[in-house]
Amino acid sequence: MNARLIWRKSVNMLMLTLTGVFTVLTISILFLILGRLIYNGASSLDWSFFTQLPLASGETGGGMANAILGSFEIVGLAAAMGIPVGFVAGIYLSEYEDKRFAPAVRFVADLLNGMPSIVVGLLAWSLIVVPMKGFSALAGSVALAVMLIPIVTRQTEQFLREVPRALREGALALGASKWRMIVTVAVPAGSKGILTGMILGVARISGEAAPLLFTALNNQFWSTGIAQPTASLPVMIYTHALSPYDDWHRQAWAAGLVLIGFVLLANISARLVLARGISVPRG
Amino acid sequence: MATVAAVQVPVTKRTPTGDIVARWVAFAFAASVLLLALLLVHELWVRSAEPRHKFGWAFLTSTKWNPVTEEFGALPFIYGTLVTSFVAMLISVPLGLGSAIFLAELAPPKISNALTFLIELLAAIPSVIYGLIAVFTLVPLMRTTVEPFLNDNFGFLPLFKGTPFGLDYLSASMVLSVMTIPFVISVSRESLLAVPREQREAALALGATRWESTWQVVVPYAKLGILGSVFLGLARALGETMAVTMVVGNDPSIHTSLLAPGYSIAAVIANEFSEATGKIYPAALVELGLVLFCLTIVINALARLMILATTSKGSKRA
Repeated sequence: MNARLIWRKSVNMLMLTLTGVFTVLTISILFLILGRLIYNGASSLDWSFFTQLPLASGETGGGMANAILGSFEIVGLAAAMGIPVGFVAGIYLSEYEDKRFAPAVRFVADLLNGMPSIVVGLLAWSLIVVPMKGFSALAGSVALAVMLIPIVTRQTEQFLREVPRALREGALALGASKWRMIVTVAVPAGSKGILTGMILGVARISGEAAPLLFTALNNQFWSTGIAQPTASLPVMIYTHALSPYDDWHRQAWAAGLVLIGFVLLANISARLVLARGISVPRG
Repeated sequence: MATVAAVQVPVTKRTPTGDIVARWVAFAFAASVLLLALLLVHELWVRSAEPRHKFGWAFLTSTKWNPVTEEFGALPFIYGTLVTSFVAMLISVPLGLGSAIFLAELAPPKISNALTFLIELLAAIPSVIYGLIAVFTLVPLMRTTVEPFLNDNFGFLPLFKGTPFGLDYLSASMVLSVMTIPFVISVSRESLLAVPREQREAALALGATRWESTWQVVVPYAKLGILGSVFLGLARALGETMAVTMVVGNDPSIHTSLLAPGYSIAAVIANEFSEATGKIYPAALVELGLVLFCLTIVINALARLMILATTSKGSKRA
C-alpha cells in the first residue's frame, strides 16, 4: 500500500470513529440528565410533596400539591381548546386537496410551531390578561393551546396521509359521502398516529414554563377558579431553583423528577402506540 | 327513452349538503391557524406602539435599559441572544452532524432507530429542567473548572477575559448547544436518508472510502436539508427562554468576554414582564418580543424552505 492509500484509510477510520463518539456523547448527555434528576429527585420526593401546600419562603417542609393540580388544570383546559381545533384543521389539510390554501396553512403552522413560547405567552397576555385585568389559569391555557394547535394540526395531517387511498375510495365507491368517509374510515384508520401526535403535543406543552410566567403567574395557595392566578409545576421549578433556600432546591428537584416522569411516560407510551403501526380496520 | 331520462338527472354531480357544510367547517378550523398567526403579529404590533413611536429605530441600537428613567434600548439583549445562540451552534452543529452521519450512514437501522428515539427524548425534556440541571451542575463546573482553565490559557483573547462567575454567556451557550443538538440531528439524519442509494454506490465503486463517499458525495447532496436543520436549531436557540434565563447572568449590558454575565431577549421578558409597571415599560418588553418574533420567523422560514426543497427531492432509503 502506498502512503496516500494508508492516509486515506486512516482518515476514514478516524472520522467514522469520531461520528460514533459524537453519537455516544450526545446520548450520554440524556442519561446524565436523567441520572442526576433521579438521584437528586428521588431523595427529595416525599409524601407531603404531593399533599401539602408550599410553606412561606425559607421554611422547611410543605409540598406542591397546588402546582400539580394547577398544571393538570391549565394543561387540561389547553388540550380541550387546542386538540379539537388542531385535529379538524389537520383533517382539512389532508382530506380536502386545496392546492392554494393548504400549503399556506401548512407553512404557517410550521412557523407557529417554531415560535418561541415566550412570544406566544405575550399573545395570551394581550388577549386575556389585559382585558380581564388579571393573571389567570385561563390565560395560561390559551397560551398553551396556541402552542398545541399547530402541533396537532401537522401530526393529524401527517398520519391521515399514511392511510391508503384505496380505503377512502372503497368507502366512496360504496356510496358514502365524503364526510362520512372521513369520519368512519380515514380517521379511525389513522387514529393511532393521530393519538400519538396528540399525546406528544400535550407532553410538550405540559413542560412549558415561559408562557405561564405572565399569564397563569404563580400561586402559593389553592387556586379558586380559572380566572385566578394558578401555580404550575414548571413555574414552581423555576422559582424554587433560583431561590436561596436549600429546602426549596430540594423541592425543585422533586418537582423536576415528577415533571420529567410525566413527559417520559407520555413519550414512551406514544411510541408504543405508534409501534403497532397504522390501524387498518380488518374483518 | 330511459337513457335520455338518465342523462337528465346527473345524480353523480350533486354534492350532498352535509359534505358542503363539513368542508366549510374544516376550512374554518384550518383558517384559524392562519388567523392565530395574524393575531399574533397584530397584538405584538399594537401593544408595542408607544415605545415604537417614542424611540423609533433607535430602540434597536441603543444600549441603555433603564426602566426607572424610562429609557429603553434593545441592543444588549439582541447582542446576548445572537452571541449565545451562535456559540451554541458552533458546538451543536459538529456534534449533531457527526451523530446524524453515524445514525444515517453507519449504524444498522434497528440501532439507528433506537438511538434516534433517545435523541428525541432529549428534545422532549422541558426547558426549565435543562435550567434546573444547569444551575446545579453546569454552573458550578464552569465556575470552578472550565472557565478558570479558559481564562488561564486563553486569557489573552478578549473572549476569555475577566473573572469567571459561571453565570454568563458561555454557560448559556453550553445549555443551548445541548438543547439544539436533537433538532440538528433529526432533520440532518432525514436529509441524509433521503439521498438516493446510487449516489453512495457510485462513489464507492469509484474506489472512495466510506468516509469519502459520505463527506464528498452524500453530505453535499443533502446540504440544503442539513443547512435547514442548522437554521431550525438556531431559531430554537434564539427563542429559548427558561434555561437561558436561569444561567445567563441577567446583566443588561454588552461584554466582549464570554465569561461575563449577559442577557437575552427572551430572558428579559421572562424576568421583568410580570413586574413591569407603568405603560411604556411593558410595551417596551412587548417590542422586544416583536424583535424576537421577527428574528425567529426569518430564520424559521429559511429553514422550512430548505427542508422542503431537500425532502421532496430524493427517494427515501429507509
